[in-house]
Parts: sequence; C-alpha cells; structure tokens
Amino acid sequence: MTSNLRHITDPLIQNNPITLQTLGICSALAVTTSLSTALVMSIALTVVLCLASALISLIRNHIPNVIRLIVQIIIIASLVIVIDEVLQAFAFEISRQLSIFVGLIVTNCLVLGRAEAFAMRNAVWPSMLDGLGNGIGYSLILIIVGSIRELLGAGSLLGYTVFISRADGGWFEPLGLMQLAPSAFFIIGLLIWAIRTHWTAQVAAPKFAIKTSRVPR
Amino acid sequence: MGNPLTLWRRFLARANDDPVKVFGVALIVALFSAVVVSTAAVTLKPLQDAHLEAERAARMARMLDTLPGMREVMEDAGIDTLEKRIVDLATGDFIGDIDAASFDFQAASIDPAQSVAIPADVDVARLRRRAVYAPVYLLERENELLLVVLPMSGSGYQSTIRAMLALEPDLRTIAALTITEQGETPGLGASIEDPVWQARWVGKEAADDTGQIVISVVRGKAVGPYQVDGISGATVTSNGVANMIRYWVGDHGFGPFLDQLRQERK
Repeated sequence: MTSNLRHITDPLIQNNPITLQTLGICSALAVTTSLSTALVMSIALTVVLCLASALISLIRNHIPNVIRLIVQIIIIASLVIVIDEVLQAFAFEISRQLSIFVGLIVTNCLVLGRAEAFAMRNAVWPSMLDGLGNGIGYSLILIIVGSIRELLGAGSLLGYTVFISRADGGWFEPLGLMQLAPSAFFIIGLLIWAIRTHWTAQVAAPKFAIKTSRVPR
Repeated sequence: MGNPLTLWRRFLARANDDPVKVFGVALIVALFSAVVVSTAAVTLKPLQDAHLEAERAARMARMLDTLPGMREVMEDAGIDTLEKRIVDLATGDFIGDIDAASFDFQAASIDPAQSVAIPADVDVARLRRRAVYAPVYLLERENELLLVVLPMSGSGYQSTIRAMLALEPDLRTIAALTITEQGETPGLGASIEDPVWQARWVGKEAADDTGQIVISVVRGKAVGPYQVDGISGATVTSNGVANMIRYWVGDHGFGPFLDQLRQERK
C-alpha cells in the first residue's frame, strides 16, 4: 500500500510534472490569469489523466506497438471531448474563458507522457494513482500560479476582492504584468528555483559545459 | 468456431504485431471512442443549447443597451422586450398562426420541410438553404416604428456566423450589429465579437436611395456611409459578415418584408 501511495505523493513536489519534468507549461501560462479558470483546468486535466491512464493500462497488453501512440491519442482525445462537452453543459461561463485550452489537453505532453512512461507498463490501479498524483502535482502549481497572478494582477481571489484597488478608493495598484503570460514564466521559474534550493537532488547536471574560449596570441 | 467468445479469445491471443490484431485493436478502440463521444454530445446538447439561448437573449439585451435612448423609450412604452413576430420571407407578410415564442429559426433553417434551397447566384452568404419563415423583432410606440431587429447567419472562414442586425426606422441605416455566435479563428476572425468593431457598423447604410444593397467591408480606410473597415488578418471573416448582411437585407432575405414595412408606413 505504501508503495502505491508513493505514486500519489511523489509527483507532488519530488517529481512534479511542471517544475521537475517541465511538462504542460503551455497551458500553465494560459489558464492561470485567475484562480477559478486554473481550478477548473486542474480538475479537467486530473480527470482526463486518471481515466486515460486507467484505460490505457487496462488494454496495455493488447496495444500493438506499431500503433500505440495512435491508440493512446484516440483514447485521450475522446476523453477530452467528453470533458469539454460536460463543461459546456454545466459550466458554460468557465468553458468560454478556457476556450480552446480544454481541447488542447489532448496536446498536453503531460497526459501522453504519463501514458507512455507509466500506464503502458503498469497495472490499472497504480496507473490510475500515478495519473491522480501527477494531476494533483500539476494542479498544485496551477493553483499557486493562479492565486499569485489573480491576487497581484486584479487584487482578488476567485472573483472576491481582497485588496481594494486605488481606482475604488483603496491602496492597491493592480500589477498589469501579472495578467500577461510572461508573469507565469517568472512565477514558475521562481518556484523551480525555490524547490531546487531546498531539494538539491533535483538540480540537473548541465548537459553541456560552457567552454571558456582561449584567445590566441 | 462459431462461438463469439472463443473467437474473441482467439483474437486476443494473437501476437501484438499480427496485422489482424493491429487493425482489429485500432477498429475496436475507434468504435468505442466514437460511441462514447457521440453519446456525450447528443445527451448534453439540450443543456448546451439552453446556455446558448440564454447567451443570445443576454446579447440582445446588451445590444439594446448600446442604442442611445432605447431603454428610456421602452420604459416609457411600458415594455421590457421587443415584440417577436414571424414573417414569410418570400412574401414579406406576417404569419399569425405560428407561435412566435417557440419558433426555432435555427432548426427551421436546416429542416428540409421548413426551408428552401437558395439559388447559387444569390447565395452570397453561402448558406445553401434558408428557412421559409423567419422571426423579426419590432419596437413600436403608438404605432410608430422605432427599431427592427433581424436575425441572420452566414458563412465565415471556418464557421457559421450568427448575428442580430438592428435597423433604424428608415430600414436602411444600421442601428447596431451584434454577433451572437461564431467559431472563427481565435485572435483573428473571432475579433468580430469585439464591441469596438461592431460599433463601426453603427450609422452605416445597408442600401442606397434606390434600394440597391451597397454595404461592404473594405481594407484600409473606410469612407462614406456604405463602407466598414475590415479586420486585418481576417479578410474572409469580415467579408463573411458583410455578405451575410447583403444577403439577408436583400431580395432573397428580408427584402420583401422590409419593402412591405416601407409601403405600410407611407
């Protein structure tokens, strides 16, 4: 049991999909302007990741190697369409805000990455837990980034005003940069820095050393 | 041999690189996925349509809010929505025996029994079919016409664009245009939803004094009452909006109805 639990706890920080594996960065930039979209995207991705891992693991012994990527993508894409339809039916406003990014879960390297790396080789239950763990790890970063960006960029959290902006007679000056995609890069960069300072084992050895040039005399 | 379960076991027992297995697995996975996706799409459709309908109503309300003084007029007259009536597009007559509230224009447009083919030479909006009857929205005060709102649709670059066009009492001047539904390229064609662009249509004239439909979208600087600036990088979409208006205000669209309305008021 403890070994199974590891599949969930490991990807939270030690093996986090965004900060260590650097997968799924694209959507992490796009949907984190507010906490609510980040939350919905997190839930959508976690559900897709869990179900995709479970389904692929279920039929892993019968997936011919030559078409395994196609089979994986068909399963992931179908799940994503279903999730998109569900969001459009039950969370119309938020599906509007997420626009194409729900559909782009298909191309999120995280889902295919976990299917290839884990679900193809492991039993259903561990695969599902691995999907759940990676989904939560992804969600964790999205929620942190989303909270910081909404708080500093709009002075609110989940749409509720926390800091009263100067325009409304308060003291807070909204930081426009936080509403733009680059700020997510900065925040993720700072997070990676903080995590790797604490867990030094995560620091990757440079693949190529910078060569000092010698000037011929 | 004939037992399906035995056949299934035999199929699964085949080697994974066996061609029969490769095609079989691909087919089964694709079929299964197709069933799941179609089921979800069909069962959730009514809920999604309800959201779209609410959205359309909200946009209609927002469009009325952009028209100066329109709310006051409506408050004076003691009404909160426009009167919806059904017209026969071919003759321009009002049709009384159809319940206006439950008439589904979009469904009628594709129902073979409730629509007609559009001749290719007049099909500028590239719709192929249009409904026989269409709803119109009228705002009147003491028998004086204040505003006519026409629903319309046309082909854009990659999707069907749906819109509401509000005409002033002269039935030529555009009072407001609002796009209610589109699936154009995000960031390019989708900018037709931008209220700033939609505002450029306000005050333009769809037809000239002789009744000729002359409105168009131009590149660069629009001059005169019949030209509107297109969106750069979205020429096909911008032209799609103009063609949609040209078709629906024209003789095969609401033309006969607008003519009737003009006659009545003379």
